Amino acid sequence: MRVEIPNGDDSPHLRINLKVNGQSVDTSIEPRELLLDFLRDRLGFTGAKRSCDVQVCGTCTVLLDGRPVSACCTLAYEARDRELLTIEGLAKGDELHPLQQSFVEQTALQCGFCTPGMILTAKSLLEEISHPTRQQIQRYLKGNLCRCTGYWNILVAVEQAARRLQPEGQSESPA
Amino acid sequence: MTAGIGHNVPRVDARSKVTGEALFTGDLKLAGLLHGKVLRSPYPHALIRRINTDRAALLPGVMTVLTSTDLQDIDPYYGHSIKDRPVLAIDRVRFVGEPLAAVAAQDEITAEQALSLIEVEYEDLPAATTLDEALSEAAPRLHETDTLRPGLFHGLGELHPQGNICYHHAISRGDLAEAFKQSEIIVEQEYTFPAVYQYAMEPHTVIAAWEGKSVTVWASCQHPYLVRAELADLFDMPVANVRIIVPFLGGGFGSKSYTKMEPITVGLARKAGRPVRIANRVDEAMVTTRRHNMRCWMRTGAQADGTLLARDVRFWMDTGAYADNGPRVVATAADAAPGPYRWKSFQIDAYCVYTNRPPAGSYRAFGATHLQWIGESQVDEIARQAGADPVEIRIRNLLRPGEEVRPGGKLLDADLVGDVQKIATALDWGSPKPPDTGRGIGVGLLAAGARPVSTAIVRMEIDGHATILVSSTEMGQGVRTVMSQLASQELALPIDHIKVPGGDTLITPYDRSTGASRSTTLAGMAVHRAAREIRHQLLEIASQAFEVAPGTIELRDGAAWHADQSLSYSELIQFHFGFTGGELIGRGEVSPGGGKGSYAEGPVFWEVCIGGAEVRLNRDTGRLHITRLVSVADVGQAVNPHLVEAQEMGASMQGLGNALFEEMVFDEGQILNGTLLDYHIPTTEDMPDQFISRLAENEDGPGPYGIKGAGEGALAGVPAAIVNALADIGVPVRELPITPERVWRALKDTEGERDDAWGPPSTP
Repeated sequence: MRVEIPNGDDSPHLRINLKVNGQSVDTSIEPRELLLDFLRDRLGFTGAKRSCDVQVCGTCTVLLDGRPVSACCTLAYEARDRELLTIEGLAKGDELHPLQQSFVEQTALQCGFCTPGMILTAKSLLEEISHPTRQQIQRYLKGNLCRCTGYWNILVAVEQAARRLQPEGQSESPA
Repeated sequence: MTAGIGHNVPRVDARSKVTGEALFTGDLKLAGLLHGKVLRSPYPHALIRRINTDRAALLPGVMTVLTSTDLQDIDPYYGHSIKDRPVLAIDRVRFVGEPLAAVAAQDEITAEQALSLIEVEYEDLPAATTLDEALSEAAPRLHETDTLRPGLFHGLGELHPQGNICYHHAISRGDLAEAFKQSEIIVEQEYTFPAVYQYAMEPHTVIAAWEGKSVTVWASCQHPYLVRAELADLFDMPVANVRIIVPFLGGGFGSKSYTKMEPITVGLARKAGRPVRIANRVDEAMVTTRRHNMRCWMRTGAQADGTLLARDVRFWMDTGAYADNGPRVVATAADAAPGPYRWKSFQIDAYCVYTNRPPAGSYRAFGATHLQWIGESQVDEIARQAGADPVEIRIRNLLRPGEEVRPGGKLLDADLVGDVQKIATALDWGSPKPPDTGRGIGVGLLAAGARPVSTAIVRMEIDGHATILVSSTEMGQGVRTVMSQLASQELALPIDHIKVPGGDTLITPYDRSTGASRSTTLAGMAVHRAAREIRHQLLEIASQAFEVAPGTIELRDGAAWHADQSLSYSELIQFHFGFTGGELIGRGEVSPGGGKGSYAEGPVFWEVCIGGAEVRLNRDTGRLHITRLVSVADVGQAVNPHLVEAQEMGASMQGLGNALFEEMVFDEGQILNGTLLDYHIPTTEDMPDQFISRLAENEDGPGPYGIKGAGEGALAGVPAAIVNALADIGVPVRELPITPERVWRALKDTEGERDDAWGPPSTP
């Protein structure tokens, strides 16, 4: 997207409005501020993690208007007037999202560092394709690294969540 | 319900990890926290003529600039095996990436900016950036070997550093010349293993707060007690004045074993008088520690029928500019070199070599990963020459339980034949193979457990809930879940009544380390014994309350039962103290018992490293596709089978990466692929089509209920299996990783039609 910075404004801060996990946020940011630092340091949402810094590992993944972005390589300014979902906003109170529930049940995590980004990317996948094939899951999650699990249980968990998210009355498609 | 051993209970930390609540060191906030950044050497070897920090110190927002001159009031050298490393470089830098100054500022960007204002004048020195260079007669010397001191935890006997060789380890048995004279088949080759990056996704992160004569450190470290000892030694204070708190780790795999970024962070905090955080970035983590690259020569002899007779091995491991855990890696590799076979004779000569590269240390299954694929490929070559089946030749030569693995070591405590048969079954060994498809097996042993020194405390509170105080680090392996299950079993207490808060050296008692697959076995035994003490107390109190003999009482679901009468643990504790407060305390320990106990013999156990692979080769491109990957976790008894299988898969996938594409590429000491853009680790698209993990539960381990550790072996087993699967299709492997280019060249060599017009070989 094109980023417009008001001409002649040399103030070190910009004012932005956005929604984070359903809550309106009205705050000022530095022009150079990364979305990841904005979330972690300014808002205290530390679920998105920093690892590779070059948009390869996916551990900083958050959903911007429902689409996964790497917060380490996105300016906070680019999130203005948009809706942001972090892992902290996924569960409804005590009730886990089906993806979160499946990750717990299938031991689809170990150290947990990649988990927030992995789950959010998987959420985006299941919104695009309600019953992805295993190859489709592998293709979609390629940008989310995990060094602990070997990925197998993650695929199993995503498939299980897909079945649970299937609206009633529709038949289950084979995995 | 109680969820003792053998149950697939969900991880106790899973919920916090899927909601983002789980806190890692970098997620912590402290009032007045400063951010540290480190200035690193751009030269592999140079004298530092001058450092001027004046301009950096004047930058608004900068609080402190630290160089080695700020550490002149202490002995600024550390290193747990060899005390060879200054906290910040003194007069000389020895690798690209060596820290020589650090800044603490109000934010990271300011600290980064300040680094660029530090002026350093270097004088380039000749460098030894490869093993060959470092071992040559004319090589520049990395260290004055006569002044090298042993570290606090070297535990390797006398150090006899010579030239750039900082440690030499040799083991042998029998008459080698005679055994080779009897050998009708002899296989001999040279091999190389690359430098590899562990890539724990969370790079090393440390927060230090200096408070007068003591310091509190939050660190992403695997071994809080060893870090505590080294910090106390460095900063000259009693160990109790150093408090190490360990939040969740975003992976460890050995990269966070021993002391890493803690001394610099503490140095900054000491000077600044304010808490400081250093959070490595991936490019910094890569020059903080890595896996040793290695050159190896091996010769194996056998009778014409494939009966193994003799093995001779020499290898040189590149430990970089500072020893880190190199000597231990070399010694463990030497233990792995003979392989799990019955020999008439073997001889292992192993060398740990300083070079002008970043330091190398621990990485999951170290030593075994280096040597197993080499030894196993020679066994398969002998099988081919003897016309024997690789499974059959292994079963014939494998050690049986109770046989000697290495002179003076613990006798074999595993059913290797059974493990190999499990792999063969999972691979459908002997069934017809599709075209260009090969199958291979790799089996070996890893000396596991490190030192058997662990303690634990279990507290049972007035409400009958229990807290386990144990210093094992939760780095993904599931140690908090395992400890909860072990305590649940012994206390007959529901798992949700048990809490494992994690390591804090002020509160949780001594544990040697979290690594070497030791926690379930050793810290687990300490927890088991601590819980058993509480169990005895509960039975004693219940016998008084019921006025019956303790033997007639059963503990079940958080209560003591006598016939149909019951008293909850809470009621028992209240009865005991005659008050609505009080608690029971149980303690447990594991030690070698003055050299006479059941843990006196090393290693604590032999971890089985076994893998099986089926690969399909594209002859046009040299690309391999893994159609099936198999491992067996020989665990004695699984506390949580699902957790064991999950860890095995993770180790297998790392083995796949180590075998097929992972390599840190250096040129004159500079790393050429120093980010994840260029350093490829396995993704979802690198997965095998079939991924199988099997358990072997023979209750033959030294932990509670015959448990022994796991989680590393597959990383050594899988590369060996892949190498042998490739040899099964006729492609010999002498060098890892097995890139498509190397496979393609080997194919052309085999077919005698190699065309070098394609360009120079990729190997430096």
